[in-house]
Amino acid sequence: MKKKFSTGSLRNSFERRSFIIGSLQGGIGLLLAARMGYIAVAENKKYKMESESNRVNLSLIPPRRGWILDRNGAPLASNKADFRVDIIPDRLNDPATAIDTLGELLDLSAVQVKDLKAKLENVHGFQPIEVASGLDYDAFAAISVRLPDLPGVVPQRGFSRYYRTGPSVGHLIGFVGPASAEEYEKEPSQLLVTPGFKLGKDGLEKEFEQTLRGKPGARRVEVTASGRVVRDLNTREDTQGQSIRLTIDGPLQDYAARRIGLESGSVVVIDCLTGDLMCMASMPSFDPNSFSDGIGRVEYKMLSEDERVPLRNKVLKGLYPPGSTVKPMVAMSFLEAGLDPNESTICNGGLRVGNRVFHCWNRRGHGRVDMSKGIYQSCDVYFYYFAQKLGMNIIADMARRCGLGQTFPLPVTSQFYGTVPDPEWKLKKYGREWQAYDTVNATIGQGYMLFNPLQLAVYASRIATGNKIMPRLLLNGSKPSFDGMNFHGDHVQVIQQAMSDVINGPGTAGRARLPIDGIKMAGKTGTAQVVSLNVSSGKGGPWKYRDHGLFICFAPFDNPRYATAVVIEHGGGSGSAYPIARDVMTFLFDPEKGLEALHALEKQWGGTAQERLAARYAAYAAEAGVDIPPAPNDPADIARKVDAEARAAAAQPQEVATGAVTPGPEPVDDRQGGSPE
Amino acid sequence: MRSSLLPGPIAAQPWRVIIPLTLLTFFGATVLYSAAGGSFEPFASSQLLRYGIFLLLALVMSYMPQELVRWAAFPVYGVVVLLLIGVETIGAIGGGSQRWLNIGPLVLQPSELMKPAIVLALAQFYHSLPPGLTGSWRALIPAGVLIAVPMGLVLMQPDLGTSLAIAFGGAVVMFLAGLPMKWFVGGGIAGLIAVPLAFFFGLEEYQQRRVTTFLDPESDPLGAGYHITQSKIAIGSGGLFGKGFGNGSQSHLNYLPEPHTDFVFATMAEEWGLLGGLAVLLIFGLVLRWGLTVARRAPDRFSGLLAGGMTATIFFYVAINLMMVMGLAPVVGIPLPWMSHGGSSMMTNMICIGTIMMVDRWNKSRRSSSLQ
Repeated sequence: MKKKFSTGSLRNSFERRSFIIGSLQGGIGLLLAARMGYIAVAENKKYKMESESNRVNLSLIPPRRGWILDRNGAPLASNKADFRVDIIPDRLNDPATAIDTLGELLDLSAVQVKDLKAKLENVHGFQPIEVASGLDYDAFAAISVRLPDLPGVVPQRGFSRYYRTGPSVGHLIGFVGPASAEEYEKEPSQLLVTPGFKLGKDGLEKEFEQTLRGKPGARRVEVTASGRVVRDLNTREDTQGQSIRLTIDGPLQDYAARRIGLESGSVVVIDCLTGDLMCMASMPSFDPNSFSDGIGRVEYKMLSEDERVPLRNKVLKGLYPPGSTVKPMVAMSFLEAGLDPNESTICNGGLRVGNRVFHCWNRRGHGRVDMSKGIYQSCDVYFYYFAQKLGMNIIADMARRCGLGQTFPLPVTSQFYGTVPDPEWKLKKYGREWQAYDTVNATIGQGYMLFNPLQLAVYASRIATGNKIMPRLLLNGSKPSFDGMNFHGDHVQVIQQAMSDVINGPGTAGRARLPIDGIKMAGKTGTAQVVSLNVSSGKGGPWKYRDHGLFICFAPFDNPRYATAVVIEHGGGSGSAYPIARDVMTFLFDPEKGLEALHALEKQWGGTAQERLAARYAAYAAEAGVDIPPAPNDPADIARKVDAEARAAAAQPQEVATGAVTPGPEPVDDRQGGSPE
Repeated sequence: MRSSLLPGPIAAQPWRVIIPLTLLTFFGATVLYSAAGGSFEPFASSQLLRYGIFLLLALVMSYMPQELVRWAAFPVYGVVVLLLIGVETIGAIGGGSQRWLNIGPLVLQPSELMKPAIVLALAQFYHSLPPGLTGSWRALIPAGVLIAVPMGLVLMQPDLGTSLAIAFGGAVVMFLAGLPMKWFVGGGIAGLIAVPLAFFFGLEEYQQRRVTTFLDPESDPLGAGYHITQSKIAIGSGGLFGKGFGNGSQSHLNYLPEPHTDFVFATMAEEWGLLGGLAVLLIFGLVLRWGLTVARRAPDRFSGLLAGGMTATIFFYVAINLMMVMGLAPVVGIPLPWMSHGGSSMMTNMICIGTIMMVDRWNKSRRSSSLQ
C-alpha cells in the first residue's frame, strides 16, 4: 500500500507524532521519578551507610601496653611517650624517594635507609613499617609540615616500650615488634596493622601478649575523598593493658647480669620459702630497647656472629654438664639408700674397677674420705667407690626428684629438659648396655648428663631445704606450700653441713665466703670439661675449649633462704663461677656491699653491660659498613632460629661415650688442703 | 488570554515558561551556593547573572519575524559548521583536542550552537520540501547529510554526548516531519546492529570504559565506576527529605565528582531529598509540556518542527543527565539545564527556549490577526 503524502496528512501525522513524543517524554519522566524514589527511599539505608563510611574514617589508637613489674612493683618494662614516624607502603607514591626524603629529614644513616628499603620489599603493602621512634619534637614537626607531599607517611604521638635495665632483662622479658604477615594471618585484626602497634615477640612479652595488650582506642574523624581530615568527630581512649607482676627482683636481676661481666653465663636465684625466681640473668644479651625499635642489620649480624650467643637465653636453653655440682645430690641418694655418712674409703688418686683405673682430679689422693670430705674436697674416688656399690638407678631417681632433667610450669616460651642418664635411657637411645664408666662419669656430672641453670638452682633449693620447691615467675600474693622431699633423718643437715664446709670449712671454695657477719653460705663447685684433657687442659687456650665453671649455693646454710646457681660457659673452671655467686648473695643480704664490689669490677671492664654493648655496637658498625645482609624480617624468626641453634648445640656432645672422663684438676683455691685463712 | 490588568508588553511575555524557569534557576543557584561551601562565589552569582542576560536575549530573540529566521536557517547552519571545522583545525595545529574557540573575552563552543542550528536547518529543509516527496529518498538523504556532517565533526573532538544530542534533535525533527514510520523502525534495527560495532570500532578507549563501567559500576568502585557509585550514594543517602541545606557530605567532602556541573542533581538530591528531585522533575515537565504545546499550536510546518525540535533538544539534556546521575546511563559529559554551572549549556538551552518563545509569539500574532 502506497501512502500518499499531502499537507493535510503531514499535519495529522505531526499531531500524532508530537503526542507520541510527549508521551515518551512523560514516560521517561515517570521512570526517572520512580528510579529516584527507589534509590532514595527503598535503598536509602544502604546508601546512607555508604555515605557515612565515606565520610567517617575510623582509626585505631594502639593501646598502651601493660607494664611488667618486678616483685616490688618497680617497672622492668614500661612505656615512654614519644614521637614516631611510620610508613604504609600501599599509600606511598614513590617508595624509594619517600624513604630518601625521610632519611634526610630524620638524619638516618645509610644502613638504616638500606634496612628500610629491604623491609619495604618484604612486607605486605598494608603493614606499617616503623621509620623511627623516639624523635624529638623538631624532627617530628619537620615531617608533619611536609605531610602533604608525603602520602603514606604517618607521624604520630605514641608510646614506645622502654626497658630501663636494657640487656639485663633482654632474655627474660623479650621484646616487642610490629606484627608479621604470619601473625596477621593468624589474627586478622585491624589493630595488628595499625601504625605504632607492637606485640610481644619473645619471652614474657610474648607469653603474656593478651594480658599486656589492652584495648585499642579509636578516633573517628571526618575526611575528604583525598583523605584529608576535616575534623575530629569523637575519640575513645585506649584501655591500657594489665600489668603483670613478676617474682623477679629488678635490682638483683640487673646486678647479677652486670656481675657476669665479660663472661658468658647465667645466674638464677630462687627464694627457698616461696619458689620465687628472683633472678634469671643470662649474659651477654641484646638490648630489648633497640630490638623493639626494629632490628638493624648491623646489630643482628654482630649478635648472631658472636660465639657467646647473646641471642640465647642460657638460663632455659643452655645445657651444660653439671660437673661436681651433682655431688651433693649423689651423696643424698647414697644417704637415702642407707649409706652411713661416716663410712669412708681411701683415695689414692684413683680407683681400680675391674682392670681399669678411674682417676680422681687430685692425682695425689685425698687419703681417707668420708661423705663430708667427699663433698667439700670434691673427691671423685669417694663417689666412684660407693656408686659402684649402690648402682646408677638411685642416683638417676634422686636427680629427677631434685628437678634435674625436668621442666617446670613457668610462663616461658621454651625450656630444655637436658638429660638424666640411666641404664634404661642408654639402652633406648644408643642400644648399648650401661657400663661401669658410665656410672663413674655420672657421679662427677660428666658424660651424658646435661642440665640447664634453672634446674641447677631448683636442685640447690630442694637439697638445701628438703622441700619440693616449685619455681614460679608470677607473683600472685599467695604463699605456696611445698611437699617435703621425704629425706630421712638428718640427711638434709648432713648435706647442708658438708656444703657449708666447701666454703666455710676446709673445702674447695673458701673464697666464696660471704663478707657478712653471721651469714654463712653453703655451696658446691663444679668444673665441667668440654673436651678431653688431651685436646686442651680446659684452663686456657681457645675460649670454646675451656671448661665450664659451675657453682650452686644457698644461704644461710642452716636455714636456707636463697638458693643460687651460677654457670659460666667456658670460664676455665669453677673459679669463674663462685665469686659471682658470692657477690650476688652478698647483694641479697647487703646491697651496698655488693655494689661496691661490682663498681670496682666495672671500672676494669669499661662500664656497665649496657654501656659496653653500646660501645661494641658502635665499633662494630663503624667497621662493618653498609654491605651486610639484612636482618630477618620478623623478629620472631630470630627467636625461632636461636631456639633451633640452641637445640642443635645441646644435642652435640651426645655421642655415645666410650670411656671414663678423666677429671682435670679443680681450681681449688689458694688455701689448698683446707687450711683456714 | 490577555489579562487586562497588566500593561500590554508585560502581559505579552510568556510567563508560563519564565516563572518555572526562574524558579528552577534560583533553586539551582541555591544548590550551587551550598556546593561552594555556603558562598555565592564562584558558582551561584555568575549563574544568576548569566541567566538574567540570556533570558533578556531570549526575549529579544522571540520578537524575530519568521521570514528572517527561515531565510537565515541555512546560513546559520553553514557558519556553525565552519566554526566546527575551525575548532578542529586549531585543535589539530595545537596538537590535541579542543572544543572551544576564544573570541576575545568570549569562549564559544560551536558544538553547543550546533544543537539548535541543526533543528533550525532541518525545520527549514522539511518546510521547503514538497509534501509529496516526504516518502522519497529526497526527504532522507539531504537531511541525513545535514546531520552527519556536524555529528562527524563533533565526534572527532571527541565528544560523544554532544554528537548524540545533535543526532537526537535531528531525528526528532525528521520524525515530526512525517517521514515513513518504517524508516525509523529500520533505522532502529540498524542502530541495534551498529551500536556494538560502533562500541568496538568507533569509540575511544576511555569512552568504551565509560560504557562498561556504566553496565557494572561496582566492578571498579574507585576507578571509572566511582562517579556513578558516588552519585547514587549522594542521591540515596538523601532519602525523602534530604540531609538539609548545606549538610551534603558527599558534595562537601569531594566524594561526588563535579558537584556543581554534571552531578549537580546529585548534590541537590543529597540535601533536598526525593522531594527536591520531584520538584525539579515537575518544573522540567512543565517547561517541556509548554514547548510541545507551542509546537502543536504552530500554524505552519516550519514553526511546528522548530518548536518540537527545540523541546526535544532540551529534553535530551535533561533525560540523559538525570539518567546518568541515577545510574541509568553511562557517564557522558552532559550538564543539567539551568542547574549545572556553566555558560555554554545555559546559552544553548536559552536559545532553545528563545526559539520556542518566538514560535509562541508567531502563534499568537497569527491567531490575533486571524481574529481581526
